[in-house]
Amino acid sequence: MTSAIEIKDLHKSFGDLEVLRGIDFQVAVGEVVCVIGPSGSGKSTLLRCVNRLEEPTSGTILIEGEDITDPDTDTDAVRRRIGIVFQRFNLFNHLSVLENVTIAQRKVLGRSKAEANEIGLANLERMGVVEKAGEFPRRLSGGQQQRVAIARALSMEPDMMLFDEATSALDPELVGEVLGAMRTLAEEGMTMLVVTHEIGFAKGVADRVVFMDEGVVVEDGPPSRVLVDPEHERTRTFLRMVLEGE
Amino acid sequence: MLNWWRELSKRRRVRFWRGVSYVVFVVLTAAFLLAVDWARVVDTMFRPEIVADQFPDILLIAAKNTIIYTILGFIGGLALGLVLALMRLSQSRPFRWAAATYIDVVRGIPLLVWILLIGLGVPIALGIRVPTTFGPGALALSLVMGAYMAETIRAGIEAVDRGQMEAARSLGMSYSKAMIWIILPQAFRLMIPPLTNEFILLLKDTSLVSAIGVTVTTKELTRWGRDGVIHSANATPLVVAGLVYLLLTIPMTRFVSRLEKKAARSR
Ligand SMILES: Nc1ncnc2c1ncn2[C@@H]1O[C@H](COP(=O)(O)OP(=O)(O)OP(=O)(O)O)[C@@H](O)[C@H]1O
Ligand SMILES: [Mg+2]
Repeated sequence: MTSAIEIKDLHKSFGDLEVLRGIDFQVAVGEVVCVIGPSGSGKSTLLRCVNRLEEPTSGTILIEGEDITDPDTDTDAVRRRIGIVFQRFNLFNHLSVLENVTIAQRKVLGRSKAEANEIGLANLERMGVVEKAGEFPRRLSGGQQQRVAIARALSMEPDMMLFDEATSALDPELVGEVLGAMRTLAEEGMTMLVVTHEIGFAKGVADRVVFMDEGVVVEDGPPSRVLVDPEHERTRTFLRMVLEGE
Repeated sequence: MLNWWRELSKRRRVRFWRGVSYVVFVVLTAAFLLAVDWARVVDTMFRPEIVADQFPDILLIAAKNTIIYTILGFIGGLALGLVLALMRLSQSRPFRWAAATYIDVVRGIPLLVWILLIGLGVPIALGIRVPTTFGPGALALSLVMGAYMAETIRAGIEAVDRGQMEAARSLGMSYSKAMIWIILPQAFRLMIPPLTNEFILLLKDTSLVSAIGVTVTTKELTRWGRDGVIHSANATPLVVAGLVYLLLTIPMTRFVSRLEKKAARSR
C-alpha cells in the first residue's frame, strides 16, 4: 500500500545554510507521526516542503504516490489534499469565523454557499467552536482561534493534516483544548504529521515519533522506544531538557 | 556676568523665552494689520458684487469639473497603480523592472510637464485633433497618479502579514485568488488613510489641468478663477475659487486624521 507521505533524501538550503541534510521517512495512511527536535533543527522547513510552501533543493516527496517535487505537479491541487495548521493560526482577519472556513471551499472547490456553510459549520461543531461562527477572529481566544484554523483546514476535506507547533503560541491554560481537538482527530483516523514540543501528546497519541536534529532524522520509532528508551545520546539530552522545562 | 539669569531654573527660562516670542508675534501682527490698506485689499480681492456673480456657476460648473477630474484621475490611477504594484511584487524580473522604471520616470518629471505633453505635445506628434473634453487632462492625471499610488498600494500589500498568503495558498488557492480574496481586502483597509490623502492632493493638483485648452463647460476651479480675474480685472474670482477648494479639502482632511487616530488606537 502506498504511504500517505514518503520523503526520500530531502535536502533544503537557504543560501549557504543547509537546513535539511538528507531526510528519509514515511507516514502511512491513518498514521500519526510526531516530529520533535530542538529549535532550528529544520522541523518547520520540513513541513513547509511537504506542502510546497518551500521549494526543496533536492530529493523527492511522494504524496499518496505522486511526486510533488516534479516541476509539472499542480501545487494548488496538492495543497488541497493537505491541511496545515500554523503556530500563529493565520486566520483571515477581515472575514468572520464562518467565512474563514468557507472561503476556500467556495473559491477553490466551487461549492455553493449553502453546501460550504453546512460543511464549515459541521467542522466548527467538531472543533467545539460552532457558537463563534458569527464572530471575527480577533475577538476569540488563542485556543479558539487555533480550533477554527483546524476546522478551516478540515473543511477542505484533506487526506492528511500537518501541524506546526500548533500549541506553542498559546497560553498554558489553552493548550489542552487544542491538543484535545487534535487527539479527537487522530482517533477518527486522520493521517497526521505533527511537529510538537508536547512530549505527553506524542506519547499518548503518536504511532511513531521522529527525532530531528541539525537537519537529519536521528531517531524514528514507536513512542515507547524513542521517548522512553532512546538509542542516541542526542535524543536523551533533548528529552531531558524538554522534560525539565515542564 | 548675568548672574540672575544663571540662577533661574530651567522651567523659568523656558517660560521667559515663550513670553518673548509671544510679544514679538503680537507686535509683528499688529504692525502688519495697521500697515495694510484694508479697504483696498477688499476692493481688489473680495468685492461683494463679484463674489455674488460667481454663484451658482462656480459650484455647478467649476467645482463639479474639479470633482470629475479628481474622480477620473483617482479611478484611473487606482487601476494603474494596482497593476504596477502587482508587477513590482511579481516573481518576473522584467515585470518588476518595467514597473520600477515607469514609476521612477513618471515621478521624476513634474505633473505640469506631463499635462502639457499629453494635452499639447501628443496631439501634435500624432497629428490628431483631440477635442478639448476631459480626455487629455484626466489621462495625464491617471498616468501620473498611477505611479504614485503604486507605491502606496505596494506598501499596503506588504503590510499584510505574510502568514495570510501562506494560509490561503495552503488551502489550495492560487496566487491570484489569494490576492483577490485574502490579501487585497486587508491591504485596502490599511490603505484608506493614505489613499484619502492622495485623493486630496489629486484634487488640488487638478488645478494644473488649467494649463491646457479647455472649453467653458470643462473649466475647473483654477481656470475658472483665472479667467474670472482676466474678465473682471479683479482678483475676487480666484479668492472665491480658493475658498471652494477649502470647502472640499477640509472635511476630507478631518476625515483622514480621524481615521489615523482610530488606527493608532487600535494598534
Ligand atoms: N526563509 C528562510 N530563509 C533563511 N533561513 C531560514 C528560512 N526559514 C528558516 N530558516 C533557517 O532554517 C533553520 C531551521 O528553521 P526551522 O524553522 O525549520 O526550524 P524549527 O526546527 O522549526 O525550529 P523551531 O522549533 O524554532 O520552530 C533555522 O536556522 C532558520 O533560521
Ligand atoms: Mg518551527
